[in-house]
Amino acid sequence: MTTATETHQQKADLPPPAATVGIVGWLRENLFGSVPSTILTLLAAYILYLVVPPLVSWSIINATWTGADSNACKLADGARKDGACWIYIQAWIGGYMYGLYPYDLRWRIDIAAVLAVVMFAPLAIKRLPYKDLYGIAVILLYPVVAYFMFKGFIDFAPGAPGSTDHPWRVVQTDKWGGLALTLLIASVGIIASLPLGVLLALGRRSTMPIVSTFSVLFIELWRGVPLITVLFMSSVMLPLFLPEGVNFDKLLRALIGVTLFSAAYMAEVIRGGLQAIPKGQYEAAMALGLNYPRMMALIVLPQALRYVIPNIVNTFIGLFKDTTLVAIIGMFDLLGAIQLGNADPKWLGFSIEGYAFAAVLYFVFCYGMSRYSQHLERKLHTGHKKR
Amino acid sequence: MKKLSVIAAGAALIAFAAGDAQAQATLDAIKKRGQVICGVSQSLPGFANPDAQGNWAGFDVDMCRAISAAIFGDAKRVKFVPTTAKERFTALQSGEVDLLARNTTWTMSRDVQLGFDFAGINFYDGQGFMAKKSLGVKSALELKGATVCTQTGTTTEQNLADFFRSNKMEYKVVAMEKNDEVLAAYDSGRCDVFTTDRSGLAADRTKLKVPNDHVILPEVISKEPLGPLSRHGDNNWNDIIRWSFFAMLNAEELGVDSKNVDEMKKSANPEIKRLLGVEGDFGKMLNLDNAWAYNIIKLVGNYGETYEKNVGPNTPIGLSRGVNALWSKGGLQYAPPIR
Repeated sequence: MTTATETHQQKADLPPPAATVGIVGWLRENLFGSVPSTILTLLAAYILYLVVPPLVSWSIINATWTGADSNACKLADGARKDGACWIYIQAWIGGYMYGLYPYDLRWRIDIAAVLAVVMFAPLAIKRLPYKDLYGIAVILLYPVVAYFMFKGFIDFAPGAPGSTDHPWRVVQTDKWGGLALTLLIASVGIIASLPLGVLLALGRRSTMPIVSTFSVLFIELWRGVPLITVLFMSSVMLPLFLPEGVNFDKLLRALIGVTLFSAAYMAEVIRGGLQAIPKGQYEAAMALGLNYPRMMALIVLPQALRYVIPNIVNTFIGLFKDTTLVAIIGMFDLLGAIQLGNADPKWLGFSIEGYAFAAVLYFVFCYGMSRYSQHLERKLHTGHKKR
Repeated sequence: MKKLSVIAAGAALIAFAAGDAQAQATLDAIKKRGQVICGVSQSLPGFANPDAQGNWAGFDVDMCRAISAAIFGDAKRVKFVPTTAKERFTALQSGEVDLLARNTTWTMSRDVQLGFDFAGINFYDGQGFMAKKSLGVKSALELKGATVCTQTGTTTEQNLADFFRSNKMEYKVVAMEKNDEVLAAYDSGRCDVFTTDRSGLAADRTKLKVPNDHVILPEVISKEPLGPLSRHGDNNWNDIIRWSFFAMLNAEELGVDSKNVDEMKKSANPEIKRLLGVEGDFGKMLNLDNAWAYNIIKLVGNYGETYEKNVGPNTPIGLSRGVNALWSKGGLQYAPPIR
């Protein structure tokens, strides 16, 4: 009798049913899992079918990419060709970037842009010694550098030799424009409104009656009026109150308006963060013997600000897009410059291309900010995040 | 008694001197500053629009350049301040700009109530119609029952209502906020007729998908006299604007243009001699150089030249002279003589 010891051998797993793996499985699970889901999928596919092919054929296949003037985008009888006319964008790209800034001085803005990259790039290095100090120094120093690159140094009297051709002649702020102006207003607004917002939020929560009343009044006043009204008041009403001939820089007026306006919103966002900090944190800080500024700077604010990063960036993105409102007070930001291009007699009738280009540029910047905020959230993530 | 009259005479003299200083205040300020500050449209094709290099061009812009040429002998000493329709009057009242050359209709309330002086009419505009060729309409009087596209909240809408009511015609209106939206609505067939000022109509026609399918009807249903304006109270300054414009018109009438102006200086015609400052002290009367008009014509051109260059039939704006022709050619442009 032989004892056959048969070790139990598990059979190889059967492959999962064909309908649950691969593309088919993914489709079944995600797109056609249930009746409502199937209906929605088909509807979405139909909408894509309606939108995408015409868009692709307008913007790429039938578009005019080369040519000297607007006739390249027209048929012999003056009718428009079907596709987009991208040569209009090529012809006006300089105008979009720099607005009415003197043509021969545009390199100064290019240098300012290059300097921005060079000066801020080291902040991306993880273990830079004295990184905080360097960051503060750059944030304080760069605006000064950029201001002089934009504005220039030598103020010639009109008509004096050099007033029209000196490379460092002054360019008044009313000539600043295009994407450069949009970025300038947005970055000044962003950089200045955050600290102001922190102060206002702390002020609003303060127990000192004058400080808190002032903060509440300030915040409610600025939040209670539309930005367009603020800009309009600053450009139309203010000159009437000033003596004749006194003229306060229009850009400065707009910058102050935009900054104070977004500071009020920022204050409420930050107050939301401050309210999320448990009382124990304050008490622990006080137990350690920290005074108010140190308690706020070391314990409370770092946590509060971290909670509200998405909201802060949200406000920044809103601010970036709101800068287009300066067009109504006669300044030519990116959108204003595009409208200038649309009114160029050489390129009449191509405004759709101009606005499409604006949409793409605005999307790139806003999406960039949004990605950066997600990066910050991951970097500073302290266990509050769900996923 | 004698003493009193001396005091009175002294006071009168001081008042006169002050009045005289006041009268030239704007010109003095401009000379001191070194440039004319001119309020223009933000961007109106053919009238004031910058090119891709940021240089301003247009019919209104040339008016500003002409004044700079008259004062400084240099057409480039102008600072252009783009103003919106709402801002423009505040900008002039507050002294932010020296003059407005911004497609502004001369109306009684603006002239009298707002305290401005219009220096002349450099462009006779008026509201017109554009219709689809397929309608087969030859005149605006055949538009009974038509759907009309127009801009909201402008005098255009009011004029339209008046025109149709006074001709006892029914119509439907499609009104939108911005001109480009109105035009898009018209192009997509939401209405049969498009109406706006004639200065914009031809340019708007080129923006349509198939411009040849549309015609501009001959009727003009409103008066829109456009011209440069300055503040009340400085007559010398207003005279400079007015006569800079008249000099351009007179130059066209006398056949003087930017190309032949140097030869014309030798002309025996006394009118040309006075215009170009060869004879008489007409520039001095304006507190300017006697070559003021010569400089305008040399550096900017006469009225006809700036018209042809910016808005004439060979430009995309495509406006024939029409009522803006010289009076001697059947138009309305008529300048008083320089003598």
